[in-house]
Amino acid sequence: MDFQVVILAGGFSSNLVPLVSKEVPKALLPVANRPVLSYVLDLLESNNLKDLIVVVEGEDAALKVGGWISAACVDRLHVEVAAVAENVGTAGALRAIAHHLTAKDILIVSGDIVSDIPPGAVAATHRRHDAAVTVMLCAQPVSGPSESGGSSGKDKTKKPACEDIVGLDSWKQFLLYIAKGTEIKKDTRVKKSILCAAGKMELRSDLMDSHIYAFKRSVLQEVLDQKPAFRSLKQDVLPYLVRTQLRSDVSSDQNNVEEIGNGKDNMQNNEVVLSQILSNASLPSFHQVYESGLDSRKTHKCCVYIADESKFFVRLNSIQAFMDVNRDVIGDANHLSGYSFSAHHNIVHPSAELGSKTTVGPHCMLGEGSQVGDKCSVKRSVIGRHCRIGSNVKIVNSVVMDHATIGDGCSIQGSVICSNAQLQERVTLRDCQVEAGYIVCAGGEHKGETFARK
Amino acid sequence: MGAQKKGGGGARVSEDAEEQSRQRLQAILLADSFATKFRPVTLERPKVLLPIVNVPMIDYTLAWLEYAGIEEVFVFCCAHSTQIIEYLEKSEWYSHPNLVVRTIESHKSISAGDALRYMYEQQTETSQIQGDFVLVSGDTVSNMPLADLIQEHRDRKKKDEKAIMTMVIKQSKSSSLTHQSRLGTDQLFIAVDPLTKQLLHYEEDKIDHPSGSVCLDKSLLESNPSVLVCNDMQDCYIDICSPEVLSLFEDNFDYQHLRRHFVKGVLVDDIMGYKIFTHEIHSSYAARIDNFRSYDTVSKDIIQRWTYPYVPDINFSGNRPLRLGRQGIYRACDAVLSRSADVGASSVIGYGTKIGDGDKILNSVIGNGCCIGSNVVIEGSYIWNNVTIEDGCEIRNAIVCDGVKIRAGAVLQPGVVLSFNVVVGRDFVVPAYSKVSLLQQPTTEDSDDELEYADSSSATADQLSGLNLQMESKASELGPDGAGYIWEVCEGAHDEEWKHSVAPIPEDKLAEITQAIDDDDTDDESVVPTSGELKSDADSINTDMNDPNDDYDYFEKEVEGTVLRAVEENIKVDLVTLEINGLRLSYNMESADCAGATFYSMMKLAVDTPHNSASELYKNAASIITKWKELLGFYVKKIDEQIEVIMKFEEMCQESPKELGPLFTQILHLLYDKDVLQEDAILRWAEEKAGADEADKVYLKQCDTFIQWLKEASEEEDEDDEDEEEDD
Repeated sequence: MDFQVVILAGGFSSNLVPLVSKEVPKALLPVANRPVLSYVLDLLESNNLKDLIVVVEGEDAALKVGGWISAACVDRLHVEVAAVAENVGTAGALRAIAHHLTAKDILIVSGDIVSDIPPGAVAATHRRHDAAVTVMLCAQPVSGPSESGGSSGKDKTKKPACEDIVGLDSWKQFLLYIAKGTEIKKDTRVKKSILCAAGKMELRSDLMDSHIYAFKRSVLQEVLDQKPAFRSLKQDVLPYLVRTQLRSDVSSDQNNVEEIGNGKDNMQNNEVVLSQILSNASLPSFHQVYESGLDSRKTHKCCVYIADESKFFVRLNSIQAFMDVNRDVIGDANHLSGYSFSAHHNIVHPSAELGSKTTVGPHCMLGEGSQVGDKCSVKRSVIGRHCRIGSNVKIVNSVVMDHATIGDGCSIQGSVICSNAQLQERVTLRDCQVEAGYIVCAGGEHKGETFARK
Repeated sequence: MGAQKKGGGGARVSEDAEEQSRQRLQAILLADSFATKFRPVTLERPKVLLPIVNVPMIDYTLAWLEYAGIEEVFVFCCAHSTQIIEYLEKSEWYSHPNLVVRTIESHKSISAGDALRYMYEQQTETSQIQGDFVLVSGDTVSNMPLADLIQEHRDRKKKDEKAIMTMVIKQSKSSSLTHQSRLGTDQLFIAVDPLTKQLLHYEEDKIDHPSGSVCLDKSLLESNPSVLVCNDMQDCYIDICSPEVLSLFEDNFDYQHLRRHFVKGVLVDDIMGYKIFTHEIHSSYAARIDNFRSYDTVSKDIIQRWTYPYVPDINFSGNRPLRLGRQGIYRACDAVLSRSADVGASSVIGYGTKIGDGDKILNSVIGNGCCIGSNVVIEGSYIWNNVTIEDGCEIRNAIVCDGVKIRAGAVLQPGVVLSFNVVVGRDFVVPAYSKVSLLQQPTTEDSDDELEYADSSSATADQLSGLNLQMESKASELGPDGAGYIWEVCEGAHDEEWKHSVAPIPEDKLAEITQAIDDDDTDDESVVPTSGELKSDADSINTDMNDPNDDYDYFEKEVEGTVLRAVEENIKVDLVTLEINGLRLSYNMESADCAGATFYSMMKLAVDTPHNSASELYKNAASIITKWKELLGFYVKKIDEQIEVIMKFEEMCQESPKELGPLFTQILHLLYDKDVLQEDAILRWAEEKAGADEADKVYLKQCDTFIQWLKEASEEEDEDDEDEEEDD
């Protein structure tokens, strides 16, 4: 397939602190003991998309990610890892790697997706309509990640997609409007010209942008070149393309009007070139009807692919989402994990050691070489590799990463213990996060705290 | 006990159902459009009696209501009510077996809102409207069935008390650019819940937001996961209403227009929580004749039989049916056609009409008793009854009313409307879009476009008879042997003329529409910044920028009114300050604003008082300032406020350099003398102004000597002070 895939894997995302660290960039955060990036790679591989560019923010992170990729899947996929400067935004990242892009169409996938929506379907829709951009939309999750929308993310692009408002045409093929619910203070403003051309627009607030886009490369690069201020794909580039779909560029339009009289002569104008590229896109749609009603009107199409409601989709972009996705992957959406579950609906690695009277409930995972002492209870939790867990420990709804040490009599609920962290005896944690390598002193009782070195 | 209660409730519901089914189906027909779109024709005849394809509009509406199972119609007459009542008395409607037609007359109503309020008042006396009713205007042409829709409305009402109205909408014929201009109405944007069909938003272009975007309240999207915004729907102005609608009009005495006020009011008001639902019709026809363009469109639809059974070859209201020939030509049996006349497709020729040799008639409707000479071209036009057209005339896309005479060789350009009995002179060319009437254009044109009530038929008759005499002596605007006035198009409406006219939309206008859309887009572009973060801020800045100025203007006007009244009625200063303080709070103004506004109104008063010379003006100002200095003094306690007054004064002088300008120094001095202004304020003002542009310094220079004097005085004073201090 003549598609190049760009995976935007981010770097050390600030709203996932303290889960991410110098050692673990966001792309390598474990979801059911596998890096989150591996889910994206698997998904793409299953759709026969094997020519990938992974874009990582920051050299250090890129080294880490590259190291993991070369170890994990060099034999199966053709992956290039590109490092870009930090905090350039998604659009900036694409600008930085523009020279790598050669294919006719580019599929852009966020690196933090855990999902079973076929990206191939997006690519197919994109091709069928010869669209400038195709956006994958999926149902807004009823609970879970979107609830944490309040948490302020400094990097806007990584902010959980809470309440996108999208406008679709009556056949749900084209994207006529897109806005972020959080940005709309009072009124939703829908442009009349697009509405008039389409006749009807269905505004949906129950769909969200899934951060899987297919772009026509030429369009994407033109827009990125012309609008150096654009930082984010979702917030700048995409709305811009949607807004201008009936007239590919403001200035090119005025040119057109003038050109009716004096012939087309100022072709060197960049915008004209852009509109020509964009105008290649045309199937009989309202775009074309609109075009035909006027002289020399350029349009481009913005399409959507709406994922089936039964499909699973989560973006790992907040701590809450991290908890949810870990729970779901070994629970409701266990087909994604690639593990085979035992009769008790859990996965206990054969090399793990369990003490006497210790129970591991359903929807749990116990990684290779981990030891759990006596009279412990593990419910709905993921425990990594080579963890040492003492006796009388209770772990509920939590994630314990590799090499963590948990002392006797601890009680952990709704918390994340990062790798190499140590909990001394009788620590009680509730809704806490413990940074990698941190030592929590014995006997403390904590609620909703973050343990990290300054 | 609970069970008992339930049982009782159930019984009551079924009773209700019975009661409802026993109810007569009622309708209110507004036989007045409360608009002036059909002027000048409607000065002489009410709109509902204007013929559309040779049958008065009201007959279409009544025939449809009767067919749809309505048992009782209240015809609300306002303008020309006697003509309507006379017509109905003569027609078969008064004696119809299935339909009871009652007329209600009110001359006071100037809007649909007034009409419904009047109905409501009447209703309490005689209890006419018993339940749900259909609200239509008398210019509706439709063939949609109503029984199911009324049932749907009732069922919904039973489930949800708040569902008080069901509005009929219809998909308009799609055309890429002109979805709605087909009917000549403004673009309509509605938002509907796709599942429940509840109406969530109603917006008419131009009236609400002339901007390039539709604004939906955010809460709409929050409460509805999916909202369908439509631009391709037309409002048929057929509403199924519950009795609450009438009482709502009664409660909200400012509701005038059914859509602009009532529908929007209900949508905005979330206290009562009333809901409006829509019903989309697919296979049947419904349209309202709102203007000349929709007159043209609906006529064509009737000829092309979309409105079956209300078509010219069927007798539906006592009309004489015409014979339908091939190519959709309807012809009266006694119409006389010359052999050489060429009658094209989709034309209608009425009874007793004679068509001369070599005539060419295309896409036109010709009424009864017309006499058309030879070699006449009539294209896309509507010729009503008893019209005489002499040889060699050319008529394109025009409406020609009863009794008009068009003398030989005259030309009507597209979009012309000739009202009753107009005579077009020989070889006269009536320019495009002119409206011609024997009646002169009312000079005191009310800016409110809702008025059509003023002309009662009797007055019109008097006018007419007087006019005929006048005409004899007066040179006509339609050539030497013509009669009639060409109405001037009022300001602003000129651009709209092409939109509402019978003539097809010219090419250049189509291009203009597109251009307009683009312009809107570019406007939009500037509002939406590239970085998403700034978006909302920029919006709010824009609105903030506008508001204070507006507010200040209003505030100033109010203050002016207050001061004027105070002077006229000699109200005590305390009371005036109280009132101005009230205004200040309600407009959220500063004390300095009050000072400015008060001073402004005082000076304005002085200028407005009759005066012959500058000295008289000064006297006026002096007397006012002396008399009201306390009032002003109340607001100019601080230096800043005093400076504000001087600035305001300067501004006023700039606005009227001839009157107040020369007096600037004198009045300033006066203000100083009267202790309204302190010297500090004047000096500070002078300092501030010193750095300004030359143009701004005119008044500073004027009072240069005064300021010098002040400075010296203050220096002296300072010295005095120092001396005093030293003394201490």
